[in-house]
Amino acid sequence: MVYLQVIVNGLTLGALYACLAVGFSLVWGVLNVINMLHGSLIILGGYLTYFAWLHWQIHPLMALLPVTALLFLLGWLLQTLMINRLVHQPVLTTLTVTFGLDLILYNAMNVGFDATPRRITLDMGTLVLGEVVVAWDRIVAFALALGLTLLLYAVMRSSREGRAIVAVRMDRDAAALMGIRINRVYAMTFGIGAALAGACGALMALVFPITTNISGLLLGKAFVVCVIGGLGTVPAALVGGLVLGLIESFSGHWFGPQNAVLIGFVLMLVLLMTRPTGLLGRKGYE
Amino acid sequence: MKTPILAFAAFALALALVPVAGNNYFVQQATFVCMYCALALSWNIIGGYAGYPSFATAAFVGLGSYAGALLQNTGVPMVLAWVGATLVTGAFAALLGYGLLRMRGHYFAVGSISIVEVLRLTASSWSGLTGGGEGLNVPIMAGGPEFAGRVFLYAMLVVMVIAFVMTLLVERGRLGFGLRCIQQNEDAADMVGIDVRRYKTAGFTLSALFCGTVGAISASWVAYIAPGDAFSILVTLKVPVMVLLGGPGTLLGPVIGAASFTIIEQTVWSRFLDYNQAALGIVIVLLIFFLPGGLLGSVKKWRLAKGKPGARLPAAARPTENPS
Repeated sequence: MVYLQVIVNGLTLGALYACLAVGFSLVWGVLNVINMLHGSLIILGGYLTYFAWLHWQIHPLMALLPVTALLFLLGWLLQTLMINRLVHQPVLTTLTVTFGLDLILYNAMNVGFDATPRRITLDMGTLVLGEVVVAWDRIVAFALALGLTLLLYAVMRSSREGRAIVAVRMDRDAAALMGIRINRVYAMTFGIGAALAGACGALMALVFPITTNISGLLLGKAFVVCVIGGLGTVPAALVGGLVLGLIESFSGHWFGPQNAVLIGFVLMLVLLMTRPTGLLGRKGYE
Repeated sequence: MKTPILAFAAFALALALVPVAGNNYFVQQATFVCMYCALALSWNIIGGYAGYPSFATAAFVGLGSYAGALLQNTGVPMVLAWVGATLVTGAFAALLGYGLLRMRGHYFAVGSISIVEVLRLTASSWSGLTGGGEGLNVPIMAGGPEFAGRVFLYAMLVVMVIAFVMTLLVERGRLGFGLRCIQQNEDAADMVGIDVRRYKTAGFTLSALFCGTVGAISASWVAYIAPGDAFSILVTLKVPVMVLLGGPGTLLGPVIGAASFTIIEQTVWSRFLDYNQAALGIVIVLLIFFLPGGLLGSVKKWRLAKGKPGARLPAAARPTENPS
């Protein structure tokens, strides 16, 4: 049964995609900002984990927390110092400025770390279940990606900060009237988005070779997941990620891996034109 | 109202005289200036007048360069191939606009960037037609580099002038009025009887048309195209930035922005090859934070502050009530 393998591959990939897109989706949904930095933040997380592993022999899973914290700080600072001043401007402005910041970060990483593809190899062997073969490092990445996404869901549901973020997403003005400090919530949200990007990068470095050149590709995947699932909520990103993982896995199986990415994009464009709120979305398309 | 036209005429004349005064290097730089002016003027129609954040410029440039190169490779004369590429790009944009322009704001921005990506991936994987990642050779123009350089400069210059005339006609005509209404409030424009969809599609098509020509000319100029260069994500970002630098929704803004951006790029940061992208990023950040409304907007603001009559803020410099 070759399809079982394809499904398993798709789901392990899909959990990573969900984790990749959930921060991006949150920033878009809450701040109404398309964060073009997201792809480079993922790579930054992956590189930091890789170098911690290579030079200081820190186990990637131990590095996950500090890397995430560092990325949170970076995102929080960016939002507090820069993006908060522009957050109510039209999309052309916010998108252009995050694109500019992305170019700076991308260039800095290319100069600082160069663009060689790098991967953390832990050699954990494979799990064989009947005819399905999965590498253990993939399983670990899958479980952690899923775990982090669900953790974010729990935080959004139960913590004070999470409720504030949800409130601002629902109605910014009403939230402000209830005494929520909007700019702080924005900074927190952008920080969480960056932190999840970093965590996702760390997990990706376990599974794929990471290089700065794929930051645009990863950003594109975040677009696709957001459009498939819908914006701003954790379940939407989870559904979108898993669906995209399955789509890429199946289209790679049928049409060859070089066309898998293209099919994801085309599907996104068709969805955008016909159903711009996503599979789970309800919000208007503006 | 005559001043912008006279200023532009002087600018075009100066560019046309570059081969008389300067060497091949300056001819090449002048060609770049014309090319980016044409692209910026084109983007201004949809991005400036209609206020739609289009990031699809590179898609049209790339499509035009592939269409032109393929036509030339089948034996079509160069100039006819350029015209053909223009028509292909225009037809593609009209069809695409029909679907894409249903979206607004963020979704439109994401959709338009994705078009670049979709076309790039298609060009890479359809190797039977496009040569895939290896790229495509285009016949090198006969007559030596000196002569060819001048031909391409004048070709780009002509496209730039046509794009300017198009902008002039749009600005003075019904289309410009309709697009400005759409920029201010699309629903209200729809309500008072402007055929929003037709206006938007027309604006989008016009903004794509000459991107295709520019792409085809530059394919003949460089004599080689590859997916990554033709569908360059940097071009798609640079062109709106140039218009923002000059002043969106104005006649001269795109020209001022594109010319000053290209000159700064070629003289200053082409010396720092390793930090090229970071320099562009820094320019963008400085521009957005310190020069909202662009160079023209700042001049007008300054004149307003001094109480000069007749100074009107361009749309982008005014505070927006409801950002989309």
